[in-house]
Amino acid sequence: MSEYILELKNITKRFSGVEVLHQVSFTLRSGEVHALLGENGAGKSTLIKVVSGVHQPDSGEIFVDGKQVRFSDALDAREAGIAAIYQELSLFPDLDVAENIFVGRQPTTLGGRIDWHKLYSESEKLLSSLGVHLDLKKKARNLSIAQQQMVEIARAFSINARILIMDEPTSSLTLNEVADLFRLVRRLREEGTAIIFISHRIEELFELADRVTVLRDGSYIDTRPLIKVSRDDLIRMMVGRTISNLYPKQAGQPGETVLKVESLCRPGEFENVSFELRKGEILGMAGLIGAGRTEVARAIFGVEPVSSGTIQVRGQKEAISSPEKAIRLGIAYVPEDRQIHGIIPPMNLVANISLPLLKEYAVAGWLNGKVERSTSLLAAQQMEVRANNILQKARELSGGNQQKVLLAKWLATKPSILILDEPTRGIDVGTKAAVHSLMNKLAMEGMAILMISSELPEILGMSDRILVMREGRVTALLSRQEASQEKILHFATQTINTGNVI
Amino acid sequence: MTVQTPAVPRSNWLFNLARIRELGLSVFIIVLIAAVGLRTPNFLSVNNIQLILLNISILAIVALAQTMVIISKGIDLSVASMIGLVAMMVSSFVKVHPTIPMFSAVLLGLALGAVLGMGNSLIITYGKVPPIIATLGTLSIYRGLVFFYSSGTWINSYELPESFKMVSKGTPLVLPNMVLIAIVVAVIVYYFLNYTRTGRDIYAVGGNHEAAKVSGIRTQRIIFMVYILTGIAAGLAGVLWASRYESAQTNTALGFELETVAAAVVGGVSISGGIGRVPGVLLGALLLGIIENALTIVGISPFWQLAAQGFLILIAVISDNLIQRRAQRTIKI
Amino acid sequence: MKESTVLTSAAESRAPITINEFAPRRSFLEKFRRWEWMMVALVVAVIILNSRISPYFLNAQNLSRASSDFMELGLMMLPMTFIIITGNIDLSVASNLGMSASFMGLLYNAGVNIWIAALCALILGSLGGLLNGFIVARVKLPALVVTLGTYAFYRGVAYGFLGDLAATNYPKSYLYLGQGLLPGTLIPFSVGLFVILAIVFGLVLHKTTFGRYLFVIGNNQDVAIYSGVPVERIKIIIFTLSGFMSALAGLILASRFGSTRPDIGTGLELAVITAAVLGGVDINGGIGSMLGAVLSLTLIGLIRFGMGLVNIQGQVQGIVIGLLLVCAILFPNLAGQASGRNIRVDRRSVLSALGVIILLAIFIYFFFWSRAPIIASI
Repeated sequence: MSEYILELKNITKRFSGVEVLHQVSFTLRSGEVHALLGENGAGKSTLIKVVSGVHQPDSGEIFVDGKQVRFSDALDAREAGIAAIYQELSLFPDLDVAENIFVGRQPTTLGGRIDWHKLYSESEKLLSSLGVHLDLKKKARNLSIAQQQMVEIARAFSINARILIMDEPTSSLTLNEVADLFRLVRRLREEGTAIIFISHRIEELFELADRVTVLRDGSYIDTRPLIKVSRDDLIRMMVGRTISNLYPKQAGQPGETVLKVESLCRPGEFENVSFELRKGEILGMAGLIGAGRTEVARAIFGVEPVSSGTIQVRGQKEAISSPEKAIRLGIAYVPEDRQIHGIIPPMNLVANISLPLLKEYAVAGWLNGKVERSTSLLAAQQMEVRANNILQKARELSGGNQQKVLLAKWLATKPSILILDEPTRGIDVGTKAAVHSLMNKLAMEGMAILMISSELPEILGMSDRILVMREGRVTALLSRQEASQEKILHFATQTINTGNVI
Repeated sequence: MTVQTPAVPRSNWLFNLARIRELGLSVFIIVLIAAVGLRTPNFLSVNNIQLILLNISILAIVALAQTMVIISKGIDLSVASMIGLVAMMVSSFVKVHPTIPMFSAVLLGLALGAVLGMGNSLIITYGKVPPIIATLGTLSIYRGLVFFYSSGTWINSYELPESFKMVSKGTPLVLPNMVLIAIVVAVIVYYFLNYTRTGRDIYAVGGNHEAAKVSGIRTQRIIFMVYILTGIAAGLAGVLWASRYESAQTNTALGFELETVAAAVVGGVSISGGIGRVPGVLLGALLLGIIENALTIVGISPFWQLAAQGFLILIAVISDNLIQRRAQRTIKI
Repeated sequence: MKESTVLTSAAESRAPITINEFAPRRSFLEKFRRWEWMMVALVVAVIILNSRISPYFLNAQNLSRASSDFMELGLMMLPMTFIIITGNIDLSVASNLGMSASFMGLLYNAGVNIWIAALCALILGSLGGLLNGFIVARVKLPALVVTLGTYAFYRGVAYGFLGDLAATNYPKSYLYLGQGLLPGTLIPFSVGLFVILAIVFGLVLHKTTFGRYLFVIGNNQDVAIYSGVPVERIKIIIFTLSGFMSALAGLILASRFGSTRPDIGTGLELAVITAAVLGGVDINGGIGSMLGAVLSLTLIGLIRFGMGLVNIQGQVQGIVIGLLLVCAILFPNLAGQASGRNIRVDRRSVLSALGVIILLAIFIYFFFWSRAPIIASI
């Protein structure tokens, strides 16, 4: 028997010629929680997908119990006792809760007939052991994000795996739910399960993990016991340098109100949302995933209609029926999911940047390519986009540069109100700092910025005022001085009937 | 653990009722039957009902297979060409060998269909050609093969042995063979889709392909299989078609592919994959059959029948999709 | 998503801090994509092959007559290219053609002036397209489902209009649409019309904001909406355009046949889609060029013409067109897979490959073996 239940040696993986993992090694003992740490794009998700058989390494070896293995798909890995919860939710929207838990391995009778009774009773047992109560016959499509995450967790637990991989399992859970989850993870550890745990909340790792392995740019950096490292050590290992000032906040002088939202409502998504946004300020919007922040932003931008409530722009009541109208009113919205709502990966930078203003580069519909290119070039240069040339496809750029392209696109419309939805999710620390100082600069120049973020340090570091939302309602409006991590979390997770609403 | 609920829970008994997918369709069919039955009682005669069932048997068989493909997020446009080719090849075979036992003719049809379906599978899974393109291509290829095979000639009723014609028309029990076969197929597909892992895997693959893969489902294998199953169903349909209409022509079943898709879609199968149930599809096929029959019986000019039929299909498709959408809050995954 | 976030460092370390220049200007030929070159090569190959196998091929009159056979297909292909580029599809084009042409026939039989009847047909066709567009854009149902419904409906209406009658005896001036030549040339009028419209459609697609919007919608409809592109309006316009062009194709087809029956143009919808897709228009939307589509139409026309010259029946020609469609997408994919990663050969895959080959071999053997007595009896 080997000391390790799982051992990876010199794993290398390429995607379309680009090396994503470079000679990465990793070990896992039974009965330990081993944290995997790294920035977005460092290769964590790829590494765990190699372990769980979804990706096959281009070179390197995998040992389970000291024996070399080769997984050609996820089923092979599962048969070796490996289960995983992935970062992207991987539920089946039209199957019910119970079947989602057991998909691909529904309990069967001797004749191979699916035993639906057993499937429901097992699911019931499993969910109650997790302390969750869900309608087992509800379609996954109709669950909240947190409920979906619980179903994913239940699915991974149901496998009775010897090696359990958890990729950001806590990203949309409330504090109580996280505590329950950790209790379960500790119980599994005592039973001898080996757990690979990924989280971007470093505090969580200190609470839960035994050892930590750090990856950077697809390379292995180091493995250490958590009792022997500090938070700062970990950040240095992740980033490769010390970050002095992530949040270069300068207090501005907020001017008059440019955007006033009153009792905005859309049943099922948000209710009675009111706030004001002033010239030259950054208003942070905090809350859990699924709290309705993005929905409010989309309503202000005219993507989806509201059922009641009013929006005033510069004192003028406006019915914003389409993004076209919003853009004309000087509103810009940089959406949360770059890949889905932001950039168009297969199109070039010019086409990406010029899109909202395309009509201005045309005479009677006929495009003037020269003007379009030179304006887009200027916008890209101002944002310091790194690319070989302006006709490069957007998909060839890194996440950080894509975000810069997106900002260039929207800043070119010269907005007076800028809505940023998770402006730094999934980009490297360097670009992050650049985006933050840009936000500062824009606010100083008088732009009104509404920033939605799920990263509390970012919210606390960048906002002049902080709006907290929970389950579609505004639960607090905090000034920069009174805000703290605990307070925000309290208002973001409290149940409404017990807490003090505003 | 506290579980979040949406800000405004939406509970409306009407919505809940509409969630039973087949209900709307059943009501529609019952109203249609009642209306037509009151006007022309002849509509409800045993003979007429038998005629309707006979008319929809082939449609039901192929639509059920088409359903499996659509659930897996594909589409098979080549079914009609496969039916035509199998009908031609099997008829030719029994014409030359009229004494073979007829169940072997049926088996031959199934085998030929399976190989044709496998052609689609290979192109789609190994060639990574989108299903709609792949089967659009094989639609032309297989139809072309019918012409090539027969050199444009037909096989007529007098050339086919009686026993072959009885494959569809014999009535060992109350109903004709063909209807019984359709019922058996429906039961098998129902069992397959609801009580076997492989059947459930089809839903998983169509609902979320990536998730199915990481859940350990061999997605390529599932997709490979559904097109073969469709081929087998088309092979069966081809034999029944030739047997029922006592001929094999170069344009047998021409244009039938879109009818099978229509039956499935009317029956509540979602074209974007992951959703679809056997009872719904059977009702869909039944509705198409009833409409066709009722329009004749009510005495609508035969020339406007097609238009009325098309209009009702359009209405059924649209209203069904709308009900479905109202009943489900969509989530963003 | 995974792939693109992954492409981080390698591409970037080489990139300059900021972009400081335009991309080098590319000449027209360099903008040709690989697909268009493939089409050109195939067209040339087929021309050479055709002129080898038949002395009647390089005959101006034959070519002229043959080319007009594909113009209805071409006219419907132009808006279909737009629609597929936006990630939608229109299955109702041939039925709409039938409905419009039959409507014209109905009016003409009732004594209406042929040109007024034609105008009415164009309006009806456009309305048919508008209905499609409205349901797709406003009711937000999948185009495949909607146009499958109207595919049945419009063809039904065509039968309703004409029943088992046919409209014939069109005036000579009308027959010019489908049968006449441009004055002083051997070029059919319909070909001239198609060429002009193809240029117009091509310019709209590649040189205007409207065309850019089509690509954006096809690549990512959400981005289009978020960027203020009037997505609904554009969808309604292209489906209406498709209806109009179907009606126009109907007029020309009726003129070419000299008569209209309600089954006119049946089954053309799949041929139209085949032509567009073979021309490199991605069925999933976002990619395509008008030049590619026109080249593919030329290729299909030449192949069918050549095979017709050596007396291969129309339906058998379908085998070649079908193979071409599948292979055009299959081969690049297979090549990409073969070079992209090391294919693992284990016993299971060898056995299943062997099984597949044996099954196909048995099928082919049976096909020819059982065919022999059929052919002998003719």
